Amino acid sequence: VERAVKYLSKGVTLEFSTEKCDGCGRCREVCPRGVFAREDGAARVIGRDLCIECGACSLNCAAGALTVMGSRF
Amino acid sequence: MRYKVEPGLYSLGSPGPTSPVLVSANYKLSFDVLRGDLAGIDAWIVVLDTRGINVWCAAAAGTFCAEELIERVRKTRIAEIVSHRTLIVPQLGAVGVEARTVEKHTGFSVKFGPVRSRDLPAYLSCGNEARPEMRAVRFGVLDRLTLAPMELGQSLMRFPAFAFVAFVLAGLTPGGVEFGKAWAGAWPLFALGFGSIFAGSFLVPLLLPWLPFRSFSLKGWLAGAAVNALLLHAAGLARGMHPFLIGACWIFFPAASAFMALAFTGATPITNRSGVSREVRLFMAVFIAVGILTLLYIALWKMKQWSVL
Repeated sequence: VERAVKYLSKGVTLEFSTEKCDGCGRCREVCPRGVFAREDGAARVIGRDLCIECGACSLNCAAGALTVMGSRF
Repeated sequence: MRYKVEPGLYSLGSPGPTSPVLVSANYKLSFDVLRGDLAGIDAWIVVLDTRGINVWCAAAAGTFCAEELIERVRKTRIAEIVSHRTLIVPQLGAVGVEARTVEKHTGFSVKFGPVRSRDLPAYLSCGNEARPEMRAVRFGVLDRLTLAPMELGQSLMRFPAFAFVAFVLAGLTPGGVEFGKAWAGAWPLFALGFGSIFAGSFLVPLLLPWLPFRSFSLKGWLAGAAVNALLLHAAGLARGMHPFLIGACWIFFPAASAFMALAFTGATPITNRSGVSREVRLFMAVFIAVGILTLLYIALWKMKQWSVL
């Protein structure tokens, strides 16, 4: 079985605020790289170095807890 | 060839008021794959106008978006056709579709379906729940091998220019270019050139998970260095070469593979923009140094050859 290829993660622009998170779980639903887990009713970043900065989480975070300089242009 | 399907509402099988409503792009290949994967399932498909582009790319480009989906829901009058209020949007569409905007304007709730349409039957039968593996973008060996010929083709287009320069350099004498000498000196360089393309544009995509380092250019340099070593020293191309020329080969060919590997970052679904721009900025400086050093070594080699040095 192949392991997931990790790319350079230093400088990844993903920012997450636990205080703002309302635990809706949308980030886990949209992330194609398994960056998020759910813990005590809130999201937690468990795979920062898998983030591809696609921007799906920040666009769909209604609580404004997630930002990423996405590749959306 | 036409790559577009008409945007609008499509029925699969014999859907009724309780059948699921799936959203897709109007790229013909995506639509055909979706239809094939849903064989035997009754469903509605709302096709957005993404100008014939696939879901993920259209979402990033902004055509697969909330506004277009809201407009299409209104135009197709799907709300009058089905009794439920759920839209299933492909997960990769989330890059462009802000679910809450769609929910506010249409009255439909948005569920993001699996990444791959082949997981849709399982997703639908589990009450619209995706297992974690259905949510992950993969970049397996088959995906990478599909891309490798494209990469090879792109790199091979640069080969004639390289071959011309190598031929002229190999045959260059103070009195002009000698063709016999040019051919004898150039063919090992041609072989090394093909080797570096093979390493950077084929071995890197193929061996991506196993090559050390996260940086693509470092992976490419390693693959290029391995092939260069094999050709120069194991296969004996270095025999008869002046040490300065061998030096130039070592500076240039692995770096060329690194450059091709760096170009491959744009073809993968696993890289990120900040990483790529960091890598490009850093390696541009390295590539300039490589160019200068290669020229220097070639100049030294030629001067030795002409007994100037």
